[in-house]
Amino acid sequence: MTDELTSHRFTVTRADLVRYAGASGDFNPIHWSDRVATSVGLPGVIAHGMLTMALAARAVEDWAGGRDRVEEYSVRFTRPVVVPDDDRGVDIEVSGAVKEVTDDGRTRIDVSCTCQGEKVLGMARALVRRSEQPQS
Amino acid sequence: MAVSADLAGRTFPPTETYTVSREKIREFCTAIGAEPGDEAPPTFPIVVAFEAMHRLMTEPDVGIELHNVVHRDQGFEHRRPVRAGDALTATLSVESVRQAAGTDLIATRTEVTDADGELVSVARATLAHRATGGGA
Repeated sequence: MTDELTSHRFTVTRADLVRYAGASGDFNPIHWSDRVATSVGLPGVIAHGMLTMALAARAVEDWAGGRDRVEEYSVRFTRPVVVPDDDRGVDIEVSGAVKEVTDDGRTRIDVSCTCQGEKVLGMARALVRRSEQPQS
Repeated sequence: MAVSADLAGRTFPPTETYTVSREKIREFCTAIGAEPGDEAPPTFPIVVAFEAMHRLMTEPDVGIELHNVVHRDQGFEHRRPVRAGDALTATLSVESVRQAAGTDLIATRTEVTDADGELVSVARATLAHRATGGGA
């Protein structure tokens, strides 16, 4: 059994933040207004923590063989992902490793998620029931 | 101002029923770059849980100032995936409130249930509320 998740790189742009705001219902202006973001001490507009969490989950789902395979998933938002107002956006790197296989056949995964070399999710863990024949 | 001392242990009324459409799942999947499907991604229950969290944060007698709130951590325990057609409600309870370095750490537990009252997912979030001003 593979004990490392395939590394994933996701690019996040300002347009992605607008799309996620609409899809999730989280319209906090720190995710779209530099004026508001800087007024509360942030360097600029930051990504929704829940968007980063959702992107990291995609790496877990791929490894586990489907999104229905993820039974538990938790993260701490340790550092904001600052998203520049340009066409390039910012990259988020996700990897992970198997921590433990439980007696009932579930797998604990430690997830690593970084942006520009800095950890943006802490204590990111998932408990999955991996498909017998994982996709990809 | 700090949050109300009797907040811990309080359970808020359930949110209004949210019926999940295929289009909503597709919209959420598109926003996180995932393939649309019959089942929603593992972080999708935040759409319903967020409504309950937003109510907590805007309830006048709780004493939270919205612009001073940071989402510190988030976790999910899923009983089953969310699917199109699910009629979901979210019921939030405050599990604990503790103060650390001028910040209130508010630990919440939100049960997302379906039309039959069956538990679909438990969403746990800790909100960090920075207390401001000279008050206690």
